[in-house]
Amino acid sequence: MTEILRLDNIGVVFPSITGGGSVHALEKVNLNFSEDEFVVALGASGCGKTTLLNVIAGFIPPTFGQITHMGEPVLGPGRDRGVVFQKHALFPWFNVVENTEFGLKLQGIKHEERRRIARENLNLVGLSEFETYPVYQLSGGMQQRVGLARALTTNPDMLLMDEPLGALDAFTRENMQELILQVWKKTKKVVFFITHSVEEALFMATRLIVMSPRPGRITHEYSLDFSAEYFDTGDARKIKSASKFIKVREEVLSIIYGEEMEK
Amino acid sequence: MFSLRTAGPAQQTVDPYGAPGSGRSTLISVVTIVVILFSWWLVTHLELVRPLFLPSPEMVIAKFNKIACTEHYFQRLMVFIGARADVTAECEGFSEHTLLEHTLWSLYRVFTSFFLAVITAVPIGISMGMNRMARGVFDPPIEFYRPIPPLAYLPLTIIWFGIGDFSKIFLIFLACFAPLAINARAGVRSVSIEQIHAAYSMGASKNQVIWQVVIKAALPEILTGMRVAIAFGWTTLVAAEMVAAKAGLGVMVLNAARFLATDIVFLGIVVIGLIAFAFDLLMRRIEKLLVPWKGKM
Repeated sequence: MTEILRLDNIGVVFPSITGGGSVHALEKVNLNFSEDEFVVALGASGCGKTTLLNVIAGFIPPTFGQITHMGEPVLGPGRDRGVVFQKHALFPWFNVVENTEFGLKLQGIKHEERRRIARENLNLVGLSEFETYPVYQLSGGMQQRVGLARALTTNPDMLLMDEPLGALDAFTRENMQELILQVWKKTKKVVFFITHSVEEALFMATRLIVMSPRPGRITHEYSLDFSAEYFDTGDARKIKSASKFIKVREEVLSIIYGEEMEK
Repeated sequence: MFSLRTAGPAQQTVDPYGAPGSGRSTLISVVTIVVILFSWWLVTHLELVRPLFLPSPEMVIAKFNKIACTEHYFQRLMVFIGARADVTAECEGFSEHTLLEHTLWSLYRVFTSFFLAVITAVPIGISMGMNRMARGVFDPPIEFYRPIPPLAYLPLTIIWFGIGDFSKIFLIFLACFAPLAINARAGVRSVSIEQIHAAYSMGASKNQVIWQVVIKAALPEILTGMRVAIAFGWTTLVAAEMVAAKAGLGVMVLNAARFLATDIVFLGIVVIGLIAFAFDLLMRRIEKLLVPWKGKM
């Protein structure tokens, strides 16, 4: 498996908001992403998940350590790493297809060509019929699907998702989990996905990293294959209610709660 | 000017626990206007107040016909289409100008000032939102002069720029400038960090982020600034025309007050009010057209 992105000894220190001192948002994080991986970061609030994503995206330069993409140091955000945000962050002055093609427009790609690519990606997320809709008239789930199509349109090799399903209702959320897995399988992007939900993390991840706060760090890693099972059977609910799944879920939960208790 | 629309085809159920104050208010506004006009008519016709203090609606309308030279222009139109031989009605106007001339002069002053303020204050406001340096430079002067009433610095503009049109336009320009700059600045601040990050991660350069994301996100508040600014412009008009203006609605009102011609004062006020209101309605239309997402994201 080819390594796409790698973090070596990443540390991020912020000046404290309350004045004196500093906050260690991340400490000694080592992590690598290889082809075909779906990596999920799980942890309580303040454990540095979002900071980690921002470092990978290039929005925050790490205080310590090095981050490399295909052997090249990462110096800022770029088209090779698409980002899907918790709050869609779409542009309300554009309709669905215009939002989707925006990254290509920035590159100066011709209208017909970028429309064609944007439509392919809208089709992938099941929004073909909505391409002329204003984005502010869409439901939360549909807005997130536009966000996903938009991130895919510049053809990155990584997709970074910062709690993309956090603001959705439970039913839409489960559907979106399956949609994202299918998109991942079809497009073969390396995914880095952040969530609060243990069930979501276990269901989607090929590799799960559990993070812990103060200082933010990775405490546990698991290899998982529930998503492969989903591609075989197509029955998400059955997987999530199987005793094997529940056993792992309780184990992970006890780790997170255990750490909370220590504090 | 506005269409009369009621609650809908059938009377809709009022939601007792909904957001306070929801629902259409157009009809209520129309009723209010009618009640005010009727009370005005009634009070003057019962002769409860002397015409010097409150002229009757008919008197104001008659004055309008006189100052606007409606009959004169009507006769000229008739002559033009060949329905009349000659023009007999005279055109008097007021303060040597017809109402139309007064109105055009004021429109010219207000809109020139407004236009100049838009092309300067909006870029400055945007740069204040995006640049520490620009914010540091422009914030103190704007915040300092903003609360000062234009009448207070009117003498200064006259000492500096004389009594010509420039000082009048400059005064109105200043009145429009602050709300435009402040709203443009706030608009820039309203763009979310996620939108900026999204653009960067799609390969945008800093310039592309500024021109294709930040400025577009600021548009709703820039338009709000324009609505506020034009209202300030009209508010300042009378002050601007106080000194050595030959024509203008402000001069007309001031001169009329000097002669206790209350009906002309009324007329001037009504014309200014109607123009400002019409422009505001136009701006609301433009807002709906340009920034339909306002308040929905």
